[in-house]
Amino acid sequence: MLELIFPPAFILILGAFLIGPIRAPLRPLIVLGAPLLTLYTIWQMGDGIQLTAQFLNYEIQLIESSPLRRLFATIFAIMAFVGGLFAFRQAKWWELAAAQAYAAGAIGVSFAGDLITMFLFWELMAIFSTVVVWCGGTEGARKAGIRYAIMHLVGGVLLKIGIEGVMVHTGSIEIQPIPLTNIDGWLILIGVLINAAAPPLSAWLADAYPESSPSGSVFLSAFTTKTAVLALILLFPGQQILIWIGLYMIFYGIIYALLENDMRRILAYSIVNQVGFMVCGIGIGTEMAINGASAHAFAHIIYKALLLMSAGSVLYMTGRRKCSELGGLYHSMPLTALCGIIGALAISAFPFTSGFISKSMISQSAADQHLMMVWLLLLAASAGVFLHAGIKFPWFVFFQKDSGLRPKDPPWNMRAAMVLLAAACILLGIFPEWLYRLLPYPVDYVPYTASHLVTQLQLLLFSGLAFFALLPLMRRTLTISLDFDWVYRRLILSLMNRLICLLSCLNTALRNASNRVFSIIWTYIGRHHGPEGMLARTWPTGSVVTWVVVLLTVFLLFSIY
Amino acid sequence: MTNRNNAVNNAQKSWLYRPENHKKLWWGFGLILAATVVVQLFVSVHGHFGFDGWFGFSAAFGFLSCALMVVFAKLLGYLLKRPDNYYDDDA
Repeated sequence: MLELIFPPAFILILGAFLIGPIRAPLRPLIVLGAPLLTLYTIWQMGDGIQLTAQFLNYEIQLIESSPLRRLFATIFAIMAFVGGLFAFRQAKWWELAAAQAYAAGAIGVSFAGDLITMFLFWELMAIFSTVVVWCGGTEGARKAGIRYAIMHLVGGVLLKIGIEGVMVHTGSIEIQPIPLTNIDGWLILIGVLINAAAPPLSAWLADAYPESSPSGSVFLSAFTTKTAVLALILLFPGQQILIWIGLYMIFYGIIYALLENDMRRILAYSIVNQVGFMVCGIGIGTEMAINGASAHAFAHIIYKALLLMSAGSVLYMTGRRKCSELGGLYHSMPLTALCGIIGALAISAFPFTSGFISKSMISQSAADQHLMMVWLLLLAASAGVFLHAGIKFPWFVFFQKDSGLRPKDPPWNMRAAMVLLAAACILLGIFPEWLYRLLPYPVDYVPYTASHLVTQLQLLLFSGLAFFALLPLMRRTLTISLDFDWVYRRLILSLMNRLICLLSCLNTALRNASNRVFSIIWTYIGRHHGPEGMLARTWPTGSVVTWVVVLLTVFLLFSIY
Repeated sequence: MTNRNNAVNNAQKSWLYRPENHKKLWWGFGLILAATVVVQLFVSVHGHFGFDGWFGFSAAFGFLSCALMVVFAKLLGYLLKRPDNYYDDDA
């Protein structure tokens, strides 16, 4: 038996380095092979600390494994593979390389045994996810990428200050639950929450993701927010505040997605919504809730990638992304539509899909803790998910009206990736024990009871009724919705313009005032010392001689008497 | 000419888009909805809090909460919606 204690993340980093220089025909081998090899090494590792190294006089733990960490690393490696399959014939090689380095960051964070290692891989993700955003190739992508990078670098700085505070105050760099008793804990929490797209800084996600390439958004949807979820589970399990942050994210995602016209931005808002469910579960913090949050992250990465692949295929084949310009595509793109619908059913937690077996664990944990308000809000949110993602996305893209577009299904590799993920959504829904076995705690939960099936179907189908009954209220408009990013894209800008205006006015006023004061002084001096001034007047020599004669005469008179 | 074009278009339109089928679709949907509620007569739904086991609770809750969210979004839209080139002149 081959003992591989090579950090799984390093395989992908190596792959990312090789994708560029290697001959083009061999590229798919790296794009698809490296994630599979990574997956193999992930499953070869035992639990506990596996590999340590020296870094700046600290002993860092490059690999610490546990069922929870393995679960997240597994789904990240699977996404690197399926995303690669979706992308490798259409995307530029630098996007493939950046995506692989980005996945390496996510897997590195998953196995990081200490805060320093976590931070290093965290920043690796920030850098290469920015590159993936830029690979959108448009002017919009360039600008959104810069805003994205600023946001994540600010988050990184806060995280780093917090980590240094913890190191100084406790002397430990272990990854363990951190109490929110001083500023260190809060800074780390804020740094992690920025990556989870928590309020108020959630706008970066819906700003940047829809600007990436059709395949770029698939990679972006999988890694950043879900590593933040893992970090929250490891560092802040059971922090009550997370329940309310999560609930805010859930409803923020629903409301903004309902207002949105861009199909990929609808899905971006729904990422915030789904991460909200996980954050809420982490806040509840019981074994059932943590299991639910982990299972939901796993299931969510699959169906969200599937939805974004479906939307990406539509964008790739039609070049359009606005719901108002799409519709009626189910006829010419049957496979894309079917896969999109399966993803939409899974995100809505329809019975026999992966969402049903994962999301319900979070609701159940709220009920078990007798958190009635939280449970009711989660129930309303489940209905809302069907509304904004489950029906809205497939309806406006594939049905609605006939847009006159007749695109075909996308090329074979994109179809294959979608079919793989659609199959995973359904298989996990039918065989929940496959996923339950991988969860951090033993699972004592049976999703398929007659009672649960009936209530869930009632909830979802009647939210469908609300959608179709209120369809006139949801007519698509060519609009965006203002979000918190307005503060830094408009308010601060306009305040700065005003400040500049004010300063320049002040400048002019001061200049004028000083000019006037100087001119008064100048005139005054000029009156006496100027060319015409009394003191500067040229006196004729004769008058001087006269005065000298007068003086001498006076002097003579004084000396005589 | 226009009439003939319309007739041809209607014939080519897929089943889903023909106006005469809209009623059938609504009836089908209504039947499924009714079935999910009626089946609760035969399945004992045990709630965690009591009221969630009431007959048709999930159906009513699902419909009302969604209607509320749609209306709330609509109202918020008046405040937050801007033309989609709003940020285009960003420096």
